[in-house]
Amino acid sequence: MISAIDEQRATALPVTVIAPAGGGVGLRLSELWAYRELLYYLTLRDVQIRYKQAFLGVAWALLQPVLTMLVFAFLFGRVAHLAPENGLPYNLYILAALLPWQLFAGALARSSGSLVGNANLITKIYFPRLIIPLAAVAAALVDFLWSLLVLAVMLPWYAWRGAFHPSVGWPLLMLPLFVLLALLAALAVGLWLSALNVQFRDVQYVVPFLVQIWLFVSPVAYAPGHITSTLGRTLFSLNPMVGVIQGFRWALLGTAPPDASMAISLAVMLVLLVSGLFYFRRMERLFADVV
Amino acid sequence: MSTAICVDNLGKRYRLGTPTGGYGSLRESLTNAVTAPFRRGACPVAAPFWALRGVSFDVAHGEVVGIIGRNGAGKSTLLKLLSRITDPSEGRAEIHGRVGSLLEVGTGFHAELTGRENIYLNGAILGMRRTEIARKFDEIVAFAEVEAFLDTPVKRYSSGMYMRLAFAVAAHLEPDILVVDEVLAVGDAAFQQKCLGKMGAVAEQGRTILFVSHNMGAIRSLCGRTLLLSHGQVEKLGPTHDVVSHYIDTLDARTAEILQENAARADAPATITGFTVCTTDGRPALEVQAGDGMMVEYRILCRRPVGDVSVQFTLCDQDGYPLAHCNNVMGGQTIDLTPGEHTIRCTVPELPFRTGLYFLNIALFKAQEQLSHVRQAVSLGIVNAAVHRHYAMPANAPTVVLRQTWAVDAAWDAPCA
Repeated sequence: MISAIDEQRATALPVTVIAPAGGGVGLRLSELWAYRELLYYLTLRDVQIRYKQAFLGVAWALLQPVLTMLVFAFLFGRVAHLAPENGLPYNLYILAALLPWQLFAGALARSSGSLVGNANLITKIYFPRLIIPLAAVAAALVDFLWSLLVLAVMLPWYAWRGAFHPSVGWPLLMLPLFVLLALLAALAVGLWLSALNVQFRDVQYVVPFLVQIWLFVSPVAYAPGHITSTLGRTLFSLNPMVGVIQGFRWALLGTAPPDASMAISLAVMLVLLVSGLFYFRRMERLFADVV
Repeated sequence: MSTAICVDNLGKRYRLGTPTGGYGSLRESLTNAVTAPFRRGACPVAAPFWALRGVSFDVAHGEVVGIIGRNGAGKSTLLKLLSRITDPSEGRAEIHGRVGSLLEVGTGFHAELTGRENIYLNGAILGMRRTEIARKFDEIVAFAEVEAFLDTPVKRYSSGMYMRLAFAVAAHLEPDILVVDEVLAVGDAAFQQKCLGKMGAVAEQGRTILFVSHNMGAIRSLCGRTLLLSHGQVEKLGPTHDVVSHYIDTLDARTAEILQENAARADAPATITGFTVCTTDGRPALEVQAGDGMMVEYRILCRRPVGDVSVQFTLCDQDGYPLAHCNNVMGGQTIDLTPGEHTIRCTVPELPFRTGLYFLNIALFKAQEQLSHVRQAVSLGIVNAAVHRHYAMPANAPTVVLRQTWAVDAAWDAPCA
């Protein structure tokens, strides 16, 4: 009788098979769903500890874009005399690009260091390792949402002063899509870099450098029209952040929408993302041994 | 009984000296430890190192199995494989049921977060659902005794509070199979006892437990069967009592080996070649009665005359914590050795310790120079006879038992009858 119950229980229990990984690597994305609460708590942790013991706390999420905006507007507008599109205020023009840029850069920097930063978890407990870079990207998103407050103040301010004419229309509804694109682009690169960082700590020196270079090849501080050389245009068409930034300005400020070259950067991003997922999954089983 | 864990020929190989990798404490220490003898060679050889190999065993549902073995025997690797933290290199294991693994107390605890925040975070990391944590929250807090500090960052906690909170979360995990590494080696005796009690309670609920420990007392009291690992392989699996005694015997065999090696060292003027623990009347013994004394006997081989040596031993508990130290200088006996074999005895009239398993580290010094040294040279059980002049000690009592005399005088202010 008892053994019958045991048998029943045993058949109802999930069976885990532990064996050397074979050649094929599945993405096992359904497993991620089972661990969604862990994703939530790891994101929450990253958000909570970011500004703990910082006197200004979350205000930093607002101060960073504002200060950067002021510096860029001064350097590129006043010193270099670059002109924004449609005669827009340079501050606003930069801010509309800076917010998605900082989302991308933050998500990229956080995710690429995430596996090494969570080595203590990786070596002590099992969970789908993808949760870690995902939580890093999600935490960057929370920072971004805070920084939208700056926009919520500056847009009405400039509109009230008559410096630009807000066009509240359907492009605004596309904004979440561009946010998603920025996140996926950061994740695509972050997956590669975080997995590589486990084996080669060189990555942590490459990332700040990469982010800096990437900033200058993205039209954050200048208008995309300033780039006219063939090389520049080619680089632009590969860089997903060009489309994201153009999309942001289009949705918020009514400048020209992203052009057809965005299709190329989307394709590049998808290739990076899918290959990154597979690379990450393939390296995953080494993380605990190597990190 | 149905099978909970079925391990078949499981093995884990670490490739050492490969150009990839090179980070991480495990990898690094393994590399250093294993490649050191080969480092003379011109090129670094990718030497495979099997941390675990050919391990097979079954565990039935509801069974509590202990895993013992010396450091580096592969205990932690086995637990890591069964917890899916790392993949095996060969073989296979099947696990029927949800596994909760506890390889460390407080994994993922963040110093900046409050007790409350850490309970939820740590619970989620251990695989608990949010609703499950919320349901057990009060119980966890009560177990950890940290009610007043719930909203204080844990970096302000005392280490005791921190450990209690961390263990409390883990203790409320309700997996079908619990995998526990040496987590009880932390905290004070009372806390350890509380943890052991909780583990016992979990076992009584019919959960399957795999339990790694150096604490033979805990292994004996919790585990029905025990697995002894040695050099990554199963040396013995069977009833706990048999396996633990076998393990202790092998420790003695190891001591003999070390002493032999010591004796072969011609550079030292004198070495310990043998060591025995006896009862006070000189009979060799593995165990002595609580409250009794012991006599230890060293056999020392002297090659060159050496004056004023120090012969010593330290009595340690199972975790290696030293409890008492004796040496001839303290005991007021100068020892000058002349070439030849010497037998040196030291008698301790009373061992004022509670029942349990202890170890003796032995050493021979000349001034600051260590001539001979064996850690955990012998084990010594202190047992409680049926008829005994001491009060039977509860298991969580402090280690030292003082000899004591009590007196009750006649009442000096007795009321008139």
